[in-house]
Amino acid sequence: MGHWMSVPVLLPLLTAIILLLVARMGPGVERGLSLLSMLALLVVSAVLLQSSMDGEYQVYAFGNWVAPFGIVLVLDRLSALMVLLTTVLALFAVIYAFNGIDQKGRHFHVLFHMQLMGLNGAFLTGDLFNLFVCFEILLIASYGLLLHGGGPLRSRAGLHYVILNLAGSALFLIAVGVIYGMLGTLNMADLAVKTAMATPEQQRLVHISALLLMVVFGLKAALLPLYFWLPGAYAAASAPVAALFAIMTKVGVYSIMRVFLLVFGVEAGALANLAEPWLLPLGLITLALGAFGVLAARCLRNQVAYLVVVSVGTLIAAVGLMTVESVSAALYYLVHSTLITGALFLLADAIAEQRGAVGSELRPAALVSQPVLLASLFFIAAIAVVGLPPLSGFIGKLLLLTSASGTEVMVWFWAVLLVASFLALIAMSRSGSAIFFKTDAAAVASHTHMHPVALFAILALTASSLVLALYADSLTSFANDTAAQLIDPLNYIHGVLGPDAMLSTTDMAMMEARP
Amino acid sequence: MTLLLIILIPLLGTLLAPAAAVRGRMGAAVMAGALTATALALLFTLAPRVFGGETIVVSWAWMADLGLYFSLRLDGLGLLFALLILGIGLLVILYAAYYLSPKDSMPKFFSYMMLFMGAMLGVVLSENLILLLMFWELTSLSSFLLVSYWRHRADARQGARMALAVTGGGGLCLLAGILLLGEIVGSYELSVVLVSAELIQSHDLYTPALILILLGAFTKSAQFPFHFWLPHAMAAPTPVSAYLHSATMVKAGVFLLARLHPALAGSDLWFYLVTGAGLTTLVFAAYVALFKHDLKGLLAYSTISHLGLITLLFGFGTPLAAVAGVFHIINHATFKASLFMAAGIIDHEAGTRDMRRLNGLFKYMPYTALLAMVAAASMAGVPLLNGFLSKEMFFVETLHLQRFGDWAWLIPVLATVAGIFAVGYSLRFIHDVFFNGEPKDLPQIPHEPPRWMKVPVEILVVLCLLVGMLPAFTVGPLLATAAGGVLQAPLPEYSLAIWHGFNTALMMSIIALIGGGLFYLLRHKLFDLHGRLLPNEFGAKQIFDILVKAVVDLSRAITRLLENGSLQRYMALLVGSAIVVGVYAALQHGAMSFDMSASSMPVNAVSVTASIALIVAALATVLFHRHRLPTLLMLGVVGLFVSLAFVYFSAPDLALTQLSVEVVTIILLLLALHFLPQESQPESSSARRLRDALLAGTAGLGIAALTWAILTAPFETLSGYYLEQSVPGGGGKNVVNVILVDFRGFDTFGEITVLAIAAIGIHALLYNLFVNPNPAGPHGWATSRPPLLLSVICRPLLPLALLVALYLMLRGHNAPGGGFIAGLVAGVALVMQYLASGLDWTNARMKIDYFKVIAAGLAIALATGVASWFFAHPFMTTTFTHVHWPVVGEFEVASAMVFDLGVFLTVVGITMLILAELGKLSGAVKQGGGR
Repeated sequence: MGHWMSVPVLLPLLTAIILLLVARMGPGVERGLSLLSMLALLVVSAVLLQSSMDGEYQVYAFGNWVAPFGIVLVLDRLSALMVLLTTVLALFAVIYAFNGIDQKGRHFHVLFHMQLMGLNGAFLTGDLFNLFVCFEILLIASYGLLLHGGGPLRSRAGLHYVILNLAGSALFLIAVGVIYGMLGTLNMADLAVKTAMATPEQQRLVHISALLLMVVFGLKAALLPLYFWLPGAYAAASAPVAALFAIMTKVGVYSIMRVFLLVFGVEAGALANLAEPWLLPLGLITLALGAFGVLAARCLRNQVAYLVVVSVGTLIAAVGLMTVESVSAALYYLVHSTLITGALFLLADAIAEQRGAVGSELRPAALVSQPVLLASLFFIAAIAVVGLPPLSGFIGKLLLLTSASGTEVMVWFWAVLLVASFLALIAMSRSGSAIFFKTDAAAVASHTHMHPVALFAILALTASSLVLALYADSLTSFANDTAAQLIDPLNYIHGVLGPDAMLSTTDMAMMEARP
Repeated sequence: MTLLLIILIPLLGTLLAPAAAVRGRMGAAVMAGALTATALALLFTLAPRVFGGETIVVSWAWMADLGLYFSLRLDGLGLLFALLILGIGLLVILYAAYYLSPKDSMPKFFSYMMLFMGAMLGVVLSENLILLLMFWELTSLSSFLLVSYWRHRADARQGARMALAVTGGGGLCLLAGILLLGEIVGSYELSVVLVSAELIQSHDLYTPALILILLGAFTKSAQFPFHFWLPHAMAAPTPVSAYLHSATMVKAGVFLLARLHPALAGSDLWFYLVTGAGLTTLVFAAYVALFKHDLKGLLAYSTISHLGLITLLFGFGTPLAAVAGVFHIINHATFKASLFMAAGIIDHEAGTRDMRRLNGLFKYMPYTALLAMVAAASMAGVPLLNGFLSKEMFFVETLHLQRFGDWAWLIPVLATVAGIFAVGYSLRFIHDVFFNGEPKDLPQIPHEPPRWMKVPVEILVVLCLLVGMLPAFTVGPLLATAAGGVLQAPLPEYSLAIWHGFNTALMMSIIALIGGGLFYLLRHKLFDLHGRLLPNEFGAKQIFDILVKAVVDLSRAITRLLENGSLQRYMALLVGSAIVVGVYAALQHGAMSFDMSASSMPVNAVSVTASIALIVAALATVLFHRHRLPTLLMLGVVGLFVSLAFVYFSAPDLALTQLSVEVVTIILLLLALHFLPQESQPESSSARRLRDALLAGTAGLGIAALTWAILTAPFETLSGYYLEQSVPGGGGKNVVNVILVDFRGFDTFGEITVLAIAAIGIHALLYNLFVNPNPAGPHGWATSRPPLLLSVICRPLLPLALLVALYLMLRGHNAPGGGFIAGLVAGVALVMQYLASGLDWTNARMKIDYFKVIAAGLAIALATGVASWFFAHPFMTTTFTHVHWPVVGEFEVASAMVFDLGVFLTVVGITMLILAELGKLSGAVKQGGGR
């Protein structure tokens, strides 16, 4: 794919630079540029996904320094999928912001594109330290975005967010430092090779730092016991930012998948499957506690934030099963949950806009000024997010349940997932009832109508759930291929370092057995 | 294809019905009726084939890997239900068109109605079990909408939520059950599942699968103890009750029992669970129905009781019982739908449904009364009506049951008791409402309803009579076909006659009729007794409400406990997590040993002194952390000693970087201190401080141990390659710089981007910020008068410092220096001007848009990278050459140096932007705050 691979990282940066230079030319120019860039990015991402489908790994070496010496971008099915998903979500989030939210503070679009750069970089990079750099980019950009619009609530939530994440970054740096100190390399494929060959003395420290990385990714993903920062931060963020943040937790999930299926995956010898004892139980407990949070919420934004926690728990639990089926189901669910929670954040904002001072709090207020439209959208989005038929949430749940079928933990997995769905169902029916049914006739009704761009963004993201369900077959077949590619680290290692990079452990054992 | 249309046409109505409403109030109803009639006509075109014994199956692939097909099936059972759904649906639409008042939204009602109809048709016409489940859940959802139709009423909202919770929860159980069933059989297609009874019933998973599936069926069909939602769903408009809660949706549960009868029925587990639930529900609900004063309440419990009867019949597991079950489904649908409609008419015309007030309506609405009485008589099981026939078959079946052994007599006895109750409540319905004196203070004088509102009731009542008197001619073929569809096997012998001679079953009927009559005569005494025994109506609703409240309260308690908003707590968890996993991993690899002897550097006075200073400064930072200024100073000391350490270990680049970063950050932090409040937060409790100290101490020791382990381990890295390639490949002798701008230039690029974002973020953050001016503090530093000496020294220093920066940058590729360090040096020099000469003075002389500087810096870096594309090389591929300049001599030009220029500009821009932002803030404070 040549230079195209670097476009998802470089184009947002270029856009941000230009936006910075034309900042004084008014919102029209800003929005036009932002949208144009996003559409171009959409095309490029789609082409990249198309090109990833043949299963070949494409490597882009910055500065022409080949792996493992320089920094490489690696395009495989997973990274292409994540980049496209990010772009789609970001496109609609930014379109929603055209309703005026983008002008409520400075440099919204600049930060937004910087954030995209960080996200896409994180998904594409094949270098552990560069992943850290991308984490920094998206952390700082997201901090700026989180504060967009101002207000004490945002400042407080933002402070928690940034301090925790900076601590996480420090931990990341320590872990990467230790890994480099032990294995002497940063390229992920090379790390996988070196991990498999680590001496017993090295194994201990690599093991420690691997688990420290898990803590860092768990913090990003919002996994128990590190998710408590999320509801406050996401509920405080302005709507398009919260919608974009729907992908932020998935960066953590992605990193866990990438690092713990590749570097510490099945081929890692003594350090194989390091994350296995942790992910499933933590995921399930996160899922359960997240569901309680959904039910406990007194405010719709907060509720959606907890739905994000639920989705993370589900994903991590599924990844924790570490089979092709479960990872494939997780990928489908990842796409679904990202888009639908994004839609819900936007929708919650649109609803709050029409409820006056009560906002998105779940108590009686005046009826929204567009009840049929908003209630229908809420109904559909709620069905999707709870996982009722016929939308993508149901298909995702079906895939998850069947992927756990026959495993030792099946009963737990099914029970937690289904009970959580039940709690979410109760919670969403209560919320819908509180917002659209139990209205306060005495309250002053608002007469504002949703901005057409906002409606378009919500419609598109909600409709994605139906599309995901209708084309579930092709999507799952792609997800299956992706999971199959992901679960065997040799694919990646050979793809990046060439076919001679490492023989599988069984091959090595055979070679040692020979005289 | 026709089959698909039968489902799709009503579903389309969800949108078409409201769309048609623009053509007047009746538009939605007409459209709904027309679509329903069309679907019914289509069904008729297929009916002959089904009567001929054919099972029509059509299938489209959806997710073949998962076994999910969009496959539909029309056999006898499906046909019967589709007829009920469409036929009664049509009548209900007609009825509803007149029932709804002008205040009620017609488009909304018919939209929901069509959604439900399509979903229900989907349930009964699905061949794939997952597809069936999908439609099943859709019926729950559409029922939620219909029950909550009068959204302003609290009982409607609560009823709708309860119905959704119970049936939706049941749906989740059903999903699990179906998936298990698929696991056993290897397919979700009914054609396969229905012929795999042996395989299923001998499988280990049969028990959980059956229990889960039955939970689904029982919740939907309101079987004890899940019955409670149905009476509360009666808050829905009466057409909805007539349609969903008597004729169709609640029948989905018994439909499922019938549908899976060939595959699941026959085992002991099936028998005990299904008959147990059915029998309990039959008797219990009939009893409760007796004491209901609300017309619809009575009908609701009667419905539950009849559903119990049908469930009980399917529980018997015998072919004849299944036939009886199917027959009762048909009969119950006809008489109960007409009764609901009659109740709706009474409510509509009299303004109340309370039987204590509704009396003697016969003389106000004799025609309606007649219709209602016939239907109620059918419900009671009076001969010559259809209800009698199926009840008779039911009584016969109860007598032939062997399974209960010595207790076999119990079932016919209980069945008779339920029969007595049924006669009792039916009599009450008739006598209380239409006779029994005069009405008591009704809101309005009742009269006959509009003509067309009665038509649906008439049609249903005529059906009750026809079936009751001429069963073999009317319902015979349909019953045979439907029962064949249930059994998927040849039908047993049965006779559809009114008269089977004097037998036990007839005796049971007679006992029921006489007992019911006696009961009604004694009703006042029984009401008193019931009132004394169970003074407060103890409903499952209370339990449900308590449960829901308990779960919500528990959720809130858990959530409050966990997400308490304390940053300290979250940090403690983060550090704690790191410690836990670190210790866990450390213990996984045998005993640990620290090689204390290994040390590559000799210990001498300098290193010891510096180390001690470092430790003391770090400790002091912690101890003084409540006093900001000393803390910052101590932090500066730590930084300086780290720089010195770098020098000591021969890392001049790192030392320079560390030093300049230290200077800039400390200065900026000092300036920012000005805006922080003087008072500090209250001290944490000592327990918490102990906890934090322990966590921090452990984490610190852990890091120290890690560092020690790395430093003493044999080290083999990529560094060799970098040292080797620095000059030939990167064109620079300073490996550190070549790594930064070339080998790993992309990281540097990323990091300057981070800095740029931070500066932009600070600008965005401070843009609208109002900072409380510090009352105790001095003037804002930006406008305060700087010391003269400082400004005198600083001004001439500026060009010198800039020159040094330029020098550092240019030589960076080959000797310690580089764009980053140079940028910081220049930044410090400029910062000094602000400090030395004041904000206004400096601003007047530096009219630079720092955003443009930052953008230019990033753009230069980006452009250097992209330039290599034009030489067909990847981003940031560098090149270099040597040129001979006069005076300077041999000089190396590397493209990486242009990149370094970008780094330089970005860093300068960022430093200045942050400073300027703080300065502006300071100015704002001086002017009395806030913009």
